[in-house]
Amino acid sequence: MNALRLLETALTPLAIIVSLLALLIAPWWAAAVAMAALVGWMGLTRSGRQAASVTRVGVATIAQRLGSSSVVVVGIAGVVSVLVALLAMATGFEASLRQTGTDDTAIVLRAGSQTENNSVVDHGAAQIVSQAPQVLKNPQGQPVASAELVVVASLPKRSNGLDSNVELRGIEPAAWDLHRNVRFVDGRKFQPGLRELIAGKGAREQFKGLDVGSTLKLNGQLWTVVGIFDAGDSHDSEIWGDTAVVGSTYRRGSSTNSVTVRLTDAGSFDAFKASLATDPRLQVDVMTTRDYYTRQSEALSREIRVLGTTVAAIMAIGAVFGALNTMYAAISARAREIATLRAIGFRGAPVICSVLLETMLLALLGGALGATLTWAIFDNYTASTLGQNFSQVVFSFQVTPSLLWSGLKWALAIGLTGGLFPALRAARMPVTAGLRDA
Amino acid sequence: MKYLHLIWGALFRRKTRTVFTLLSVLAAFLLFGLLDSVRSAFSAASDNVAGADRLITISKISLTLPLPKSLLERIQAVPGVADASYANWFGGIYQDAKNFFPSEAVADNFLDLHPEWQLSADQRKAFHDTRSGAIVGASLAEKFHWKVGDKIPLQAMIFPQKNGSNTWTFDLVGIYHIDDPNLRAQENSFFFNWSYFDEARQFGNGNVGWYVVKVADPDRTDRVVAAIDALSADSDHETKTETEQAFTAALVGQFADIGLIVGAIMGAVFFTLVLLTGNTMAQAVRERIPELAVLKTLGFTHRSVLALVLGESVLLLLLGGAAGLMVASVVVGAVRTALPPLGPTAPMLPVGASIWIQGIVLMLIVGLVVGALPAIRGMRLRIVDALSGR
Repeated sequence: MNALRLLETALTPLAIIVSLLALLIAPWWAAAVAMAALVGWMGLTRSGRQAASVTRVGVATIAQRLGSSSVVVVGIAGVVSVLVALLAMATGFEASLRQTGTDDTAIVLRAGSQTENNSVVDHGAAQIVSQAPQVLKNPQGQPVASAELVVVASLPKRSNGLDSNVELRGIEPAAWDLHRNVRFVDGRKFQPGLRELIAGKGAREQFKGLDVGSTLKLNGQLWTVVGIFDAGDSHDSEIWGDTAVVGSTYRRGSSTNSVTVRLTDAGSFDAFKASLATDPRLQVDVMTTRDYYTRQSEALSREIRVLGTTVAAIMAIGAVFGALNTMYAAISARAREIATLRAIGFRGAPVICSVLLETMLLALLGGALGATLTWAIFDNYTASTLGQNFSQVVFSFQVTPSLLWSGLKWALAIGLTGGLFPALRAARMPVTAGLRDA
Repeated sequence: MKYLHLIWGALFRRKTRTVFTLLSVLAAFLLFGLLDSVRSAFSAASDNVAGADRLITISKISLTLPLPKSLLERIQAVPGVADASYANWFGGIYQDAKNFFPSEAVADNFLDLHPEWQLSADQRKAFHDTRSGAIVGASLAEKFHWKVGDKIPLQAMIFPQKNGSNTWTFDLVGIYHIDDPNLRAQENSFFFNWSYFDEARQFGNGNVGWYVVKVADPDRTDRVVAAIDALSADSDHETKTETEQAFTAALVGQFADIGLIVGAIMGAVFFTLVLLTGNTMAQAVRERIPELAVLKTLGFTHRSVLALVLGESVLLLLLGGAAGLMVASVVVGAVRTALPPLGPTAPMLPVGASIWIQGIVLMLIVGLVVGALPAIRGMRLRIVDALSGR
């Protein structure tokens, strides 16, 4: 008997941890299967019907314990909303950068430079790159290659009026064929050779003075904003002008920071990379733009995820104890009722089940509340941070269905842990003591 | 104070419930300690006292544009300037891009302007005499097990050498220390001689990244700032000068509004906490109504019953909160030794006096708020009703 007790105390925490982990990684269909099994059990078996009726009584009396039940709901809503908000931030940042790249466009940087900001590609090298056979030709027979220049300009932010960095990108005409998703919200394209600029939608929202028709002074020269574009990716944080004009304003000569090309198809990337690597005139790194931009988001989104999960885990511990308190109070308030049920022949399993179900129902309510609040407040919430090119990257939070689902799973996990011990106590309570207690 | 045992007894009347509530409070204050340590690390980067008399002069157009070195003598000649020096961002990578640390080429007198970086006199001389010499902070040296005499190769991200090579090899000649724990993050930098850098780099020669200016009298900073910026007004390299504090604060602020994020999370945490402990206190008082009536019968005044209940909730918060902050300081200590700070701003500061003070104030406030309703209920009890269970 003692050995059995020992085994039980050792196995219970293990079983809890295993089932929590299973719950946290479970896909939605597993939940659906579990739900169906539960409903089946309740409808078809004797003990299931008992559990259902006890649960009904428990749920019906929640209204009498509104104050303490709301502790479970609000506690869990807090955990879920912090978790989902921070994960939505990481997801949004990642998505904004990942969408920026594609598999059939490639970016060429000077060897070892990692970011465009650090890279220099001179005019000769840019020409050699654009002549590679894998580069797509447009109907006029010109290679679709844009030698681009990246300059960090500083402009006052709308939010606080302080100067922040914004990326000014010089592009060549071929860029319109590289960024095919760019559409104009307002105004028109800039004219090559003129000091005209177009601003991304995100940049206009974050910085002052980027509306169509306004002029701004960059490096002592006046530029006119002639259009606002929406690329649906991280280019929205940038301002674009003509490479040659930007280069002369910032005295960059004919050298640029990078060359972006459209390949004939995604499969020709390896051949393109190999042909540049073996060319003795070039010392460059080549990657698909998808790789290049995805890599830029890795570090930051990982940090935000770690932060979000840590904070939520600590809050979850607090919420578990809150739920434990509430449920212990609930079963001690119902002690006489539970003892009566046991006395007239109800078994332990339905009692355990009903307490667990009641807690998880409260938890689910809390999870849904937290997830809905976060979705309502933060979905598409726009924020910006300092990106790898030393300028602001504008992105929006993305509260995706999968994040909502993982928020609900956290809620259920907290409910399960917080309900389990009170449920076991309810089932083990000696009937006589329960009946005697006030 | 003589009622402490009474309060204590009331608090632990229901052990399980009190322990669970204490653990929730602990979790909330653990989170408070951790997040505030992160927040204060970011704000400490900007209110660094050591740099109160230092200015930073950068290109007005953009931080990344260089300035001509010829500006140095003109800045030094500005009245009110005690000394000026310059540096250039290098951005080298040691072995792998994940090992990132700041690396800068600095002028000969750069260390004179930063007395908080302590370097022994002979290492200082060796740095001056060795063309390819480099000095690093103690934290960085410890991280990579570097010692004086090592040759350290860095991969240049921006500046290749004249011979086209991206690899620069430096001789480690000194290791500097910083005593102030709040500035320890700066022990993570790599410095080498600007003259060697300028001679060997492929492009940009004769330019510097930024100037550091020490003002003779911090009260006259405004005039010095204006005079320095006037030097290059209307030229093709206009400058922007600001105090080192303002410069760092602006840079940190560009990453994210750390204060806002931390504030929002803490808001959610404390809202939940108030509700949770409030519920516990309400339960505790409801159960004890007959006992409180007995106390009143014995002659306890309304006010002392109020004080007893408030004392109980404050004690609950203080016990849980202090435990939480203690756990937080252990965790922060462990994180700080496990991961040396990776950038110019350390992610976490030790849980110091200011966090404790803020924490204790929070515990008192939450304790009073949470205890208020149950305490008032206890105070208003009528003995007859309470004893007869009405």
